[in-house]
Amino acid sequence: MELDALYQEVILDHYKHPQHKGLLSTYDAQVHHVNPSCGDEITLNIALNNGSISSLSWDGVGCSISQASVSIMSDLVIGKSIDEARVILDNFVELMQSKGLKTGDPEILEDAVSLAGVSKFPARIKCALLGWMAYKDAVLSASTK
Amino acid sequence: MSELDVAKIRKDFPIFTRTIRDGKKLVYLDSGATSQKPQSVIDAEVNFYSKNNAAAHRGAHQLAEEATEAMESARQIVAEFLGGEVDEIVFTKSATESLNLLAYSYTSLITKDDSIVVTEMEHHANLIPWQQLAERTGATLKWFEVDTDGRLDLSSIDTVITEDTKIVALTHQSNVLGTINPLEAIVARAHEVGAVVILDACQSVPHMPMHVADLNIDFLAFSGHKAVGPTGVGVLWGRSELLEMLPPFLFGGSMIETVTMTSATWAPAPRKFEAGVPNMAQIVGLGAALNYLSTIGMEKIYRHEVKLGAYLIERLSSIEGLRIVGPHHMESRGGTVSFTFGDIHPHDLGQYLDAQGIAVRTGHHCAWPLTRKLGVAATTRASLYFYNDESDVDALIEGIIGAKKYFGRS
Ligand SMILES: Cc1ncc(COP(=O)(O)O)c(C=O)c1O
Repeated sequence: MELDALYQEVILDHYKHPQHKGLLSTYDAQVHHVNPSCGDEITLNIALNNGSISSLSWDGVGCSISQASVSIMSDLVIGKSIDEARVILDNFVELMQSKGLKTGDPEILEDAVSLAGVSKFPARIKCALLGWMAYKDAVLSASTK
Repeated sequence: MSELDVAKIRKDFPIFTRTIRDGKKLVYLDSGATSQKPQSVIDAEVNFYSKNNAAAHRGAHQLAEEATEAMESARQIVAEFLGGEVDEIVFTKSATESLNLLAYSYTSLITKDDSIVVTEMEHHANLIPWQQLAERTGATLKWFEVDTDGRLDLSSIDTVITEDTKIVALTHQSNVLGTINPLEAIVARAHEVGAVVILDACQSVPHMPMHVADLNIDFLAFSGHKAVGPTGVGVLWGRSELLEMLPPFLFGGSMIETVTMTSATWAPAPRKFEAGVPNMAQIVGLGAALNYLSTIGMEKIYRHEVKLGAYLIERLSSIEGLRIVGPHHMESRGGTVSFTFGDIHPHDLGQYLDAQGIAVRTGHHCAWPLTRKLGVAATTRASLYFYNDESDVDALIEGIIGAKKYFGRS
């Protein structure tokens, strides 16, 4: 069933046990993003050190796809350099735009490949991208500080 | 048993012959967003384009005559449906445009000493135009609050609607809660202070008998597409003396009396408010839609929805962890029910239901201040219409119970 491709176990696990949720008090930049079509919201704090993401924390409300996606993204980028994280981000955006035709590179995307099924549901792509766009925005504002 | 033969009615709607997601029967519970269309409405549009198409009110030829006649008969149908006069019916592209038209047209008539009153349960389409009018003019925006049962708190009516109030704009039936607002007290108070009452009737015109004279209101807006009509056509009804007095909002062809290089004068209402070639095919389709509804009978439609709404609420209430957001009994309430369900996010519930062929709406339903006030980030909404029956409700209930199993699996 298509639905099972959307709601993989990994996603439900991340939804129930979100990683890096709860805002840390020290950060270089904080951003707040909303998905105006469904009301999902996220606040994301980021700290950089020598061109790497030294910490990332977030809080928010949303559906399992949006919450799991931020959780997976946090796991992926923390400790990586901004350049490495950009490759991951670009890969993920490409996967989301693939209309179900790509499965994603597990070497690069790790758990995030479990979100591949989202790309078949146009209305849910924004859910999956919410946290990633917040991340992109946060890195930009932290690095231009 | 319902007075309506739903099985027969559904045969009028071609969409019910298709299936959803691998052959599932379509269970359409999203008529609050837009209704499905009977064949007669689809035919009316097709007929107009195949036989009568020309620019209404413009050409000197037979087709233009026929197009004008088709459009003006639709105006007659709308007037009779609402109990207003033909010249009081303004065609717009949507309720959103009708409400914006009013808010813009009132700009020169509102000052910083005035107040505009809305409610906390407004759709964004009947909130933001008034926010913006207040901002343009310096007027004060005030509102009725919503209580925990999803009803307007009218205890403060005399301090909300005051001597300086010029406009009271409110929804007849909430698109989120299903609440039908008590108009009598509000209209009486508004008129006492000389304010006009603008009714957002998007969720009432399609669902119950409406008579503008009985309601004693001053303006009314609705969209054709929620009343089995086409998209791209809306209605603004206004008392003739008010339409006479109001300046136009959109300027251009067809709305003028005379034009020179530096000035223009306006045609009488409703033409004054209908600049440009109108959405003729859609207007004709709306006429067919209202005729269709009248043939079924608005009283019957209303009673059917109240009965089915009661059944929906009863079944939803029996599900553990499900919370209905809005009134729990059918008094002054229609067949639109919003709810939350344990820790399953509405978007996920909606997706699961979709996989079963069940169409619901999820989110804040374009009424963000309301959902915020009620302390829910989002809800799932089932909205009924006369082509729904108990089997649709049963499918929804089964779907909700299935979702609990599905998302609780890991
Ligand atoms: C209560 C209410 N008001 C206004 C609107 C706006 O209608 P439309 O989008 O057709 O202009 C809607 C429809 O979503 C509604 O439910």
